[in-house]
Amino acid sequence: MATAETSYDALNLPPHFIESATPAADWILIWPVALTLLGSGLLVMLRGNRTAQVGFAAAITLAVVISNIYLLLRVFEVGPIAMTMGKWLPPFGITFVADMTSALFCLAASLSTLVVIFYAQIELDDREHRFGFYPLVLLLLCGVCGSFLTGDIFNLYVWFEVMLISSFGLLILGGRKVQLDGAVKYGFLNLLATTFFLVAIAYTYGLTGSLNVADIAQKAGDMPLGSMVSVAALFLLAFGIKAAAFPANAWLPAAYHTPSISVSALFGGMLTKVGAYALYRVLVLIMPEGRDFLEPAIIAIAVATMVLGPLGALAQTNIRRAIGFMVIGGIGVLFAGLAINSMHGVGGGVIYAMHSILTLTALYLIGGLVERMSGTNDIRFMGGIYGASALLSIAFIILVFAVAGLPPFLGFWPKLLLVEGAIRVGDWLLVAGLLINSLLTLIAASRLWAHIFWRNGHEGERSEQANETLRLLTPHEIRLGMVPALALIAVIVGMGLFPDWVFSAGGIAAMDMLSPDRYISAVFAEVPQP
Amino acid sequence: MNTVIFRTVAPGLAALMIMFSIYVLLRGHNEPGGGFIGGLIGASGLAIYGIACGVQEARKALVIHPIVLAGFGVFIGALSGFFALFAQEPFLTGLWLIFHVEGTEVALSTPLIFDIGVYATVVGSVATIALSLEDSEEED
Repeated sequence: MATAETSYDALNLPPHFIESATPAADWILIWPVALTLLGSGLLVMLRGNRTAQVGFAAAITLAVVISNIYLLLRVFEVGPIAMTMGKWLPPFGITFVADMTSALFCLAASLSTLVVIFYAQIELDDREHRFGFYPLVLLLLCGVCGSFLTGDIFNLYVWFEVMLISSFGLLILGGRKVQLDGAVKYGFLNLLATTFFLVAIAYTYGLTGSLNVADIAQKAGDMPLGSMVSVAALFLLAFGIKAAAFPANAWLPAAYHTPSISVSALFGGMLTKVGAYALYRVLVLIMPEGRDFLEPAIIAIAVATMVLGPLGALAQTNIRRAIGFMVIGGIGVLFAGLAINSMHGVGGGVIYAMHSILTLTALYLIGGLVERMSGTNDIRFMGGIYGASALLSIAFIILVFAVAGLPPFLGFWPKLLLVEGAIRVGDWLLVAGLLINSLLTLIAASRLWAHIFWRNGHEGERSEQANETLRLLTPHEIRLGMVPALALIAVIVGMGLFPDWVFSAGGIAAMDMLSPDRYISAVFAEVPQP
Repeated sequence: MNTVIFRTVAPGLAALMIMFSIYVLLRGHNEPGGGFIGGLIGASGLAIYGIACGVQEARKALVIHPIVLAGFGVFIGALSGFFALFAQEPFLTGLWLIFHVEGTEVALSTPLIFDIGVYATVVGSVATIALSLEDSEEED
């Protein structure tokens, strides 16, 4: 610290600074972001060395998973925890806050990333390596975790940008024409959404004079209802585009099938869920009155997305595009949780998002293995894999049940909560939407299963003859591709069979979202009361 | 562009610009300047050298690939936040070490380390872009 005779005395401004010491345990909040940022810098420096890149990427992601587990346990123990960067007092400093929602989402995202880092080794060529697949994946995880953990709405925008820039990089890695085509659609709509997001932030700042989520949540009550509804509608538009909700969903199936399957898995699992997370944070926690006013619109979006997503999947013959439409269907379910807005609705939505991150990543990866075996991504020219790899067909059918929400898999429990919540508030349209979504997703996904695994050969006259283009997975592909994917499925099955802690976590998450007293007092714990 | 005058002046000009960029980086705390603007000046120096003497020469002069420099910048930028861990303070808190050398006040701080990270990131990424653009011009 500065001594009396230096010209740096102006730095000693105790009233504006947090004065108590920060124990090292509170740093747990920073590790997911700081480790990935450090790691991506390190991996760029190691760009020539493929083995070191893989090793470091896996080690860093594993460390992030472990710190996220610890973060989750701490949030279970003490409730939301907060830390404001650079000792500035909130609401002036940038605050990071972890409540149960953030901790669950961070854990799911880092688990998916860890699996994808192993899987990516079977499909990357040297060129994609040199152009930085692993640093970009870490940077993507950094952006995603940062979005989940930040308690500052402008900082949320910054993490969205970190995420977007790395996702642009990942999307065009490989440089094929169709990838550039997909990236242009993805980029254009995301930039549009970002602009709306920024405009909404500016209005929020103009209305409340604050960017800190906890602070705005306290001051939002003073906002005139009309302004609040306009700002909430802008946020709904911006995050709705990012989450690929109907009618702004066209970019997702147009872009997500173009890159390598590891990248599709990361995007399908995590990126749309970040949009949904931001929507929950803004509409449930910050502007509940705005949400109430917009409820009819949210219900309409939810039902349309829930029905049209799986219908789109039914019409596809490209396996990646079909899974892309299932991602959209899941976003509809998240909007349903937002529309119900009770303990059941928000809790179910949070658990569903976590399930969706894990399950859709696994579904993309298993789909990638199927593509490798049949040498095509068109399900009309697949077939006979049931005989070639029974394990793969079992893994796929588990995911079919999980994604459709059949018991006892993880997807069932949040759907149960959501349906119960919708019945309690008496919204029969949403009840019907949720049930139809499950049915249609089941039909669409089991259609994929029947085409890929059940039928002997290609579609058409030769369907009873053996599929000649089929090849078996190499030991290398089984070790690095199948084993990590199966481990992820084991996690999904395990959580589905023992859902007690998931339920209690969802309950805590919903409680802190709907009545954010604990969230706000965690942020302002250091501020001296006047 | 490729005149004798330009080719003769460019190496000296580039050296001067890079030296000035470091000066701008270091004075940035209390006066206008800092890592970002310093980095831009440094990268412009490299770009001028590349235009005058060829991209191969510029890459050779830089020794490491510019994107590695950018990665290094991100790395130490993130690292600078961790010093606060040992002082029991939140992430990215600025820590200062101020002492006098022969009557001159020297202030070393973690924000300076962060700024050096910003400088390296900007030089690295802008130089990567500039040099590859110049590269593709030569191919035409």
